[in-house]
Amino acid sequence: MVNVRDLPERELLYGHKACPGCAAGTVARLILKVTGERTFLAYPASCLSTVTSIYPQMAFAVPSFTAPFAATGAVLSGMAAAVKAKKMQDVTVLGIAGDGGTADIGLQAVSGAVERGDRILYVCYDNEAYMNTGIQRSSLTPYGAATTTSPAGKAGGAIGEKKFKKNLFEIMVAHRIPYCATASVANIADLLGKVAKAKDTDGPSFLHIHAPCPTGWGFAAERTMEIARLAVESGLWFLAEYQDGRVTLNYRPKEFIPVREYLKTQKRFRHLGPAEWNVIEEQRDREWAVISGRWEPAGREKA
Amino acid sequence: MQKPSINHSFQYPGSIGEMPSGPCADAGVLVEANAGWRVFRPVLDAAKCVKCLKCWLICPDGAIDRSGKDYAIDYAFCKGCGICAYECPTKSIRMEKEGDDVE
Repeated sequence: MVNVRDLPERELLYGHKACPGCAAGTVARLILKVTGERTFLAYPASCLSTVTSIYPQMAFAVPSFTAPFAATGAVLSGMAAAVKAKKMQDVTVLGIAGDGGTADIGLQAVSGAVERGDRILYVCYDNEAYMNTGIQRSSLTPYGAATTTSPAGKAGGAIGEKKFKKNLFEIMVAHRIPYCATASVANIADLLGKVAKAKDTDGPSFLHIHAPCPTGWGFAAERTMEIARLAVESGLWFLAEYQDGRVTLNYRPKEFIPVREYLKTQKRFRHLGPAEWNVIEEQRDREWAVISGRWEPAGREKA
Repeated sequence: MQKPSINHSFQYPGSIGEMPSGPCADAGVLVEANAGWRVFRPVLDAAKCVKCLKCWLICPDGAIDRSGKDYAIDYAFCKGCGICAYECPTKSIRMEKEGDDVE
């Protein structure tokens, strides 16, 4: 657990150009507050690189490197090797990438990096599409979401994205790395605690963080944290962590709120009707049946 | 608040010859503010504020300054998204239209 009053006042990400209400800004800011100024940062082509490093501005106050899109994991491996060769102590090798840069384009590199067992912390902030280039679908775009490459329309009954979001957390758990977790900006204390655990892990660690995007999802900028909360409460996002060979579910809503209460808040789901809501609800229940059967329930260990 | 300050004396390169000659640059360099993005500005009522740190934690831009006696907002870098006002548990931040105070 992290006491928020002990977090440093110093801002290591400041003056960036992200859209108002961007959850990725909050995520990157808070992670750097936990890892501190002795952080080596790498990020691929993503919203985060576009909004922070526009010459001559550099919004990150830590040494940082813009990696090729597919290579964040490989770059982190290289940085970890350099840290080892230089015998540097007490530094964090941190990678922050989007969902496309992690689950699509960068999957091979991150898989290789964690498999090699380097001491790195890899963070995927998940805004559920390629937002920086204009909202194209990724493999983490949820069912029914309209994007520019999975448009919704009356003609032909296009419902937007036709496939369900893939489970990146389970892909990373399958690597049997020392620490792996999901988090959300809806629960800041949980998020900070997980970052601190990942930072102290002697070996590769991975965080998958749900980060709503006002521009791409179509909601008012002030509601970012509320949308994240609705996703958790409706069961469309789960908070879990994997360590010591077992997965723990950190939070399970007593009763899920209807998915339509989450879906109706966003423009990307506005075209959906009761038929699609049912499909999403059934998929959610299938997913949670698997989760409940395989993972340790919430409450066993205090989050 | 400990944060990079704006370097007002920065000169853009006048010709290709003055461009920096490598891919490296200094970190924490800011040459302009984001204040012009704002349509609504958050105004904090310090009497109602209980200093729970919520706005400071969730602000995407880190524009809440908690170093003084009362919390303050850095209007140079606040983009006016309104998350702080929306989430404030004591409703001590309200959003005011920019320019309403100008006659």
